[in-house]
Amino acid sequence: MAKKEIDQATLDRYNKGYEVSYLNLDSIGQFKRRQAVKKAEKQNGEKAERVMHHSVNYAKYGYYFLIPFFLIFLIFNLLPLMSTFVYAFFEYFFKLGGLQQVGPNFIGIGNFATLFTDINFWKYWGNTLIIWICCFIPQMIVSLLLAIWFTDSRLKVRCSGFFKAIMYMPNLVMAAAFGMLFLMLFGNNGPINQIFEALTGKTIFFTESTGWSRGILSFANWLMWFGNTTILLMSGIMGIDESIFESARLDGSSSVKTFFHITLPLLMPIFVYVLVTSMIGGIQLFDVVQIFTRGNGGPNLSTKTIMMYLYDLIKTSKNYGLAGAVSFFIFLITGGLSIIIFKCLVPSANAIKAEKKAYRKRMRWLNDGKGEKGGEVR
Amino acid sequence: MKKKETAGINPESKKELHNSKASLYAYRVIVYTVLILLTLLCLIPFYLMLVNCSWSNAEIMKGFHPWFGPYFFTNLKNLFNNKNLPLTTATINSLFLALINAILTVYFSALTAYATHVYQFKLKKFVETFIIAIMMIPTQVSAMGLVVFCMQNGLTDNYLILILPAIASPVTYFFMKQYLESVLPYEVIEAARVDGTSEIGIFHKVVLPIIKPALAIQFIFAYVANWNNFFTPSMLINKSELKTIPLVIAMLQNSSPDSFDKGQVYMLMTLAVVPVLIVYLIFSKQIIKNLTSGSVKG
Repeated sequence: MAKKEIDQATLDRYNKGYEVSYLNLDSIGQFKRRQAVKKAEKQNGEKAERVMHHSVNYAKYGYYFLIPFFLIFLIFNLLPLMSTFVYAFFEYFFKLGGLQQVGPNFIGIGNFATLFTDINFWKYWGNTLIIWICCFIPQMIVSLLLAIWFTDSRLKVRCSGFFKAIMYMPNLVMAAAFGMLFLMLFGNNGPINQIFEALTGKTIFFTESTGWSRGILSFANWLMWFGNTTILLMSGIMGIDESIFESARLDGSSSVKTFFHITLPLLMPIFVYVLVTSMIGGIQLFDVVQIFTRGNGGPNLSTKTIMMYLYDLIKTSKNYGLAGAVSFFIFLITGGLSIIIFKCLVPSANAIKAEKKAYRKRMRWLNDGKGEKGGEVR
Repeated sequence: MKKKETAGINPESKKELHNSKASLYAYRVIVYTVLILLTLLCLIPFYLMLVNCSWSNAEIMKGFHPWFGPYFFTNLKNLFNNKNLPLTTATINSLFLALINAILTVYFSALTAYATHVYQFKLKKFVETFIIAIMMIPTQVSAMGLVVFCMQNGLTDNYLILILPAIASPVTYFFMKQYLESVLPYEVIEAARVDGTSEIGIFHKVVLPIIKPALAIQFIFAYVANWNNFFTPSMLINKSELKTIPLVIAMLQNSSPDSFDKGQVYMLMTLAVVPVLIVYLIFSKQIIKNLTSGSVKG
């Protein structure tokens, strides 16, 4: 540690604002000091004389400690990602069960042309979309209701911790095991059919019907994710100032009105976040469907998702060029969706801040006018 | 206090208050009914799984069982002795991989978060934005490149390819960063520096003990995520002695569901699910709290 004399000159600089603090200057680092000096220079309208300090430069440690993360990310994520994109423009596959290699030969957008003219490719996107929507809409309705109930100060739900814990539980369960469990439960001779048979004398062939398969997969996915969405929405609602609800209630607003005019608009950023992350998650739908349909996306490919197609291209047919094209397409879509998150989230968050500020101002004015103390209003 | 005041101001509100009390009661009945139904919906699949893993295949085929049977340990023994499923090694592999990956993820995410939180350097803003941006990229998108990379470098059927990427985990980094921002004052680090502790020493001796709660929660999440991981291992692991539990479950898909010994299949799922559930139920309070505070703030 460099030892410094606290002399008159330093003290002067400190008073002028050129020194952050002469005591812990070293520990904050040169960066902050430089910023402080620049700011002071601007204010005083003069150039500060440069004084040499024997301070340690800590910035390098920041770089050192980032090395493992970025090295690993580069080798195992970034380079594979790049090579995926490069191979998207090459003809590169294995014939005869992986024995004969074809390519890589550059074919431009050939792979994309093959994909976009393939009816099945669009069918897989359609399947993914249908399963996702059938999961997302009920999930949103149920989660929103639950989030409102759990945060309602008038309702005061008892054992809410227990309910939340149980509802979040399926999210941590191994998705592969969950898919297998649903396959067993809804099998031709599974427990569900055993009950149904005892009641009606008939059997439903769940896995052989398109509607049932998609419905069950949506249901399984819904079960896995609605608890998570509830917790997200809850944290959004709890972020809203309680006094806004309080004043709405005192003004005679019904709970339905409060919901549509106060809760919903203020929750918009969280909604966008949940919607987009759920869409990105929906595109990645794989484990449950793969196991439930035993890898073939049956019946008649009606439940085969885009990720299952990608999996088949890499693992089974070993068509790396086409797999690269599919990956690139998925990347573009998820990238676009992520940009929507940032675009939507940032302005609306600012709008809410402004609204809260205006509200607080109004309340302060009201309180001052009546001569009450504004203790209840934050 | 406030309620009484308003009741005094508004002459009609007494009647309203009475009405609202009755409606609140009805409201509560609806709320609790829905909550209990949803809870049951969440529990029933697991209940059926536990019940069925205690019955033999023949009994399961015969009819529905609402209650536990006597075949639990028979199924367990048969499952581990099953020649077609490498379950003993798979369990050890899964435990080993999940443990080492969770340790690596938590340690290096904390280190990365510490680096961007404490130090001021030129690329700091860029690094932070970059990590948030890559958080959104699905891992599956780069899977094809990873498979080709492993093929060219002889890393297929090698655990290194499943272990090393755990070091770079943007999501865990994000949570660690948030936690550090909320609990770690600069003064602590300054004090340690005055004592002459090295920078990495400060991280080990000062910062890690402070962020222990976050480490524990993130360890559980990372452990569970790795235990459940299916997509990447199934692409890169072919040898049966290297398979993990999800891959063993996937092995069942080659045969028709009617040909399984169903008692064993239910037992396999119980093995895959129950350890996670036990850990979750012990720490559920902290986990839920962490989820609520860690997510986006409105």
